[in-house]
Amino acid sequence: MTSKSSSKEKSVGVVGMGSFGTAIANILAEKSKVIVFARRSELVDEINHHHQVDGLPIHENIVGTQDPEMLCESCDTIFFMVPSSAFQEVIRSFSPYLYPYHLVIHGTKGLCLNLPEGKTLSEMKSINRENILTMSEVILKETVAIRVGCLAGPNLARELYLGQPAATVVASKYNEVILEGQRLLRTDKFQVYGNSDIVGVELSGVLKNIIAIAAGALAGLGLGENAKGLLVSRGMVELVYLGNALGGSIKSFIGLAGIGDLVTTCNSTLSRNYTVGYRLAKGEKLPEILESMDEVAEGINTVRLIKSFVEGRGMRAPITENLYKVLFEDLKIEEALQYLMKYPFSVDVDFL
Amino acid sequence: MVKLSKNRKNFVKTVAENSKKSILEITGNNIDLLKEELETTLYREKLRIKQNPWAVDPDDEKDFWRKVRSSLVQTSTDNSLTKTQKKKIYLEILNDITMRYSEEIASNFVHTHYKVTRRIVTFGFARLLNAARVKGIKSIFSNQYTLQDKIQIVGETDQIRELASKGTIVMVPTHFSNLDSILIGWIISVLGLPPFIYGAGLNLFNIGIFAYFMNALGAYKVDRRKKNLPYLETLKTYSSEAIQFGVHSLFFPGGTRSRSGVIEKKLKLGLLSTAVEAQRANYQKGIKDVNGKVFIVPVTINYHFVLEAPGLIQEHLSIVGQERYYKERDEFSTSYKISKFLVKFFTKGSDISVSIGKAMDVLGNYVDNSGNSFDRHGRKIDTRDYFISNGNVTVDPQREEEYTYHLGKRIVEEFHINNRVFSSHLVAFTAFQMIKQDNKKLDLYSLLRLPEEDIFLVYVEFREACKMVLDKIFELEAQGKLQVAPHMEQDIDVIIDHGLENVGMYHAKRPLIKNRNGNIETQELTLLYYYHNRLDGYDLEKLF
Repeated sequence: MTSKSSSKEKSVGVVGMGSFGTAIANILAEKSKVIVFARRSELVDEINHHHQVDGLPIHENIVGTQDPEMLCESCDTIFFMVPSSAFQEVIRSFSPYLYPYHLVIHGTKGLCLNLPEGKTLSEMKSINRENILTMSEVILKETVAIRVGCLAGPNLARELYLGQPAATVVASKYNEVILEGQRLLRTDKFQVYGNSDIVGVELSGVLKNIIAIAAGALAGLGLGENAKGLLVSRGMVELVYLGNALGGSIKSFIGLAGIGDLVTTCNSTLSRNYTVGYRLAKGEKLPEILESMDEVAEGINTVRLIKSFVEGRGMRAPITENLYKVLFEDLKIEEALQYLMKYPFSVDVDFL
Repeated sequence: MVKLSKNRKNFVKTVAENSKKSILEITGNNIDLLKEELETTLYREKLRIKQNPWAVDPDDEKDFWRKVRSSLVQTSTDNSLTKTQKKKIYLEILNDITMRYSEEIASNFVHTHYKVTRRIVTFGFARLLNAARVKGIKSIFSNQYTLQDKIQIVGETDQIRELASKGTIVMVPTHFSNLDSILIGWIISVLGLPPFIYGAGLNLFNIGIFAYFMNALGAYKVDRRKKNLPYLETLKTYSSEAIQFGVHSLFFPGGTRSRSGVIEKKLKLGLLSTAVEAQRANYQKGIKDVNGKVFIVPVTINYHFVLEAPGLIQEHLSIVGQERYYKERDEFSTSYKISKFLVKFFTKGSDISVSIGKAMDVLGNYVDNSGNSFDRHGRKIDTRDYFISNGNVTVDPQREEEYTYHLGKRIVEEFHINNRVFSSHLVAFTAFQMIKQDNKKLDLYSLLRLPEEDIFLVYVEFREACKMVLDKIFELEAQGKLQVAPHMEQDIDVIIDHGLENVGMYHAKRPLIKNRNGNIETQELTLLYYYHNRLDGYDLEKLF
């Protein structure tokens, strides 16, 4: 068997140089040559000339480009690390250059809407599962790539960047994607687990953001650790129910990408979603908060989508529903909290 | 295929040899595991011979397994043998078994037979048809009607013909009736396609008339009673090797006839995986051009009437209703019954339509008439890329398992897209939904137990409901989600009459009739349910 490419080691691609993308590119660069895609030309220049991203030094093995075609041709494995709001657009711009031999892994903890043409969320009475896409579903829908995976887990970008010990989950239906992810990412400070339930792992990362906002709000109100323990465990139950309804398996939710990530984000001031909740509780309004943040807090969009989904499904998800009212309908956090305290939860754990 | 029949002996041997290899791989070359597998096989085969013997079973079966047994027992008790000696004996036993299975599965295809039978089928059907339709028995030699008038073949007929001359076709039809096997045989010949090999249930070979046709049309035998590892591996290897050999093949991916009348939603992936495997094997051998390419062609068959419906739906309900042990039975069992059906079919006129779907590659991408694959955006792609990692074609069974699953999903989608709605489907669906609506509190089983005498639908309401469903069906057609038979473009009353006349027309108890007051009644609710199921899967029930 002869092949053109086996003689030369291919590079690994990273699309999107936000804080998480940068951290992952750095880890990848320890073992491989990395080509990163950024939309802003100043950023590409900064990467190529100064080995920096917004002033932060990065690994020398990283080369920047603005050309999707060049990246796709040079890389067999590509990591997409862009926020969900831009995900579809970015994927579409890469789609013409992706082929069935590409392995595509993403690290985005958000959801996309998939509505009939010309409709917006506010026009829809309710939405069902078909109207919601996880990022891997976006990739499968928009491109011909089929060997798709995702990265999820307690991976605060800042800590990864500093090289502190951490672990992640690579999830894919394809063993070879998991193995490739492990081969590329694993270092003595970064442990990589595998999981075949990709949707469950994606949903873990997505849904935990809702709880993270709520956790930030509790902290902002100056409430103590008892309250947080209550929230995290009830949040877990809600996450499991929602995640199941969306097609994930319970096993994944109690793994690293589920509980692991939930605990981390609910305790960390480094988390954007947590910060949103915290500032809300301190009396700021949502538009002001969003205005002053550099990067997207995925949880806000997730709350909106999940609330519509829950309504269409006839399910109850008290934390999400109340958070929605706080974020978009000016309900006071104190009132939402009171409502939750009165909510008739009767059984502690009923999903196992 | 002709080539195959000439090389039959070598082919059977290759299949046996490769099956043996894959069994050894599965057992991890572990001698104890292999021994265990052999013992299980022996045990199951002995049980089958005792509990479920069929007329087609060869006479020497008992002897063969007795021999297997004695050499197994001898080897495991004989302490003087070394491990290598034992292994050698076990391998020999395995060899005997796969060789026997391979022989058994392989078709006894004779090319001259094929041609003759093909002519007999076409000629005979046409004669019968003319006798029935024109002027009675005297017109038996008239050519006024041909089978084509009764059986409409629509869809991508040119494409399949063209691709058959370039690559290897795997045809995957829906399966509702035992008649399908003969029907497809006829279609293949009418379309002027080269011969295909079939995987046909061994039970069909019990029936004289079928056995003749099947053997002649190139059927290989699939025995669903045998669920042991060596058998299943040999069967898969047979299919895979045949495809790699360039032989067109056909299998019913649903496995058996649809019991419930629903279009297959879950496919049996065993045989389907052989198509994926064969495609990869061809790429591995370095065959990159179209003659090594495997094309999947879904085919949807539509009937107004399925002879076996009463038995099938009973079986379905008893399986789903309570987990009762279920044994393969055959209502389509005697040559007499079948002949009777054929006479009725030709004399009374019940249309059948066969939709040939668009051809796909093994990943479910559409291909053009030259065999090139295209992605959803219309970009030409190379199927080989799916099997590549780090620049080379690689073997990854887990990956191929996922691909097979994906292909199965695509085939099911295509089945639904190619499904042609008949008037009988419309009336059955609408009537059943209305009855269900009137008895909202009942679950399916209580509903089906309602006494038929108590049920009737007022015609005016029924008509309205039919119209509503029909409108939605046309909407779905416009979206390319299904197809509609030409007889549906008439006045609604005409469509309903046509539907009532045709739905399950030869059953002793009719699923749907108009009573003296002009209202709609059912004589057999379970049958109505069966015919109603044909339109399952389009969310039409949400209209009610």
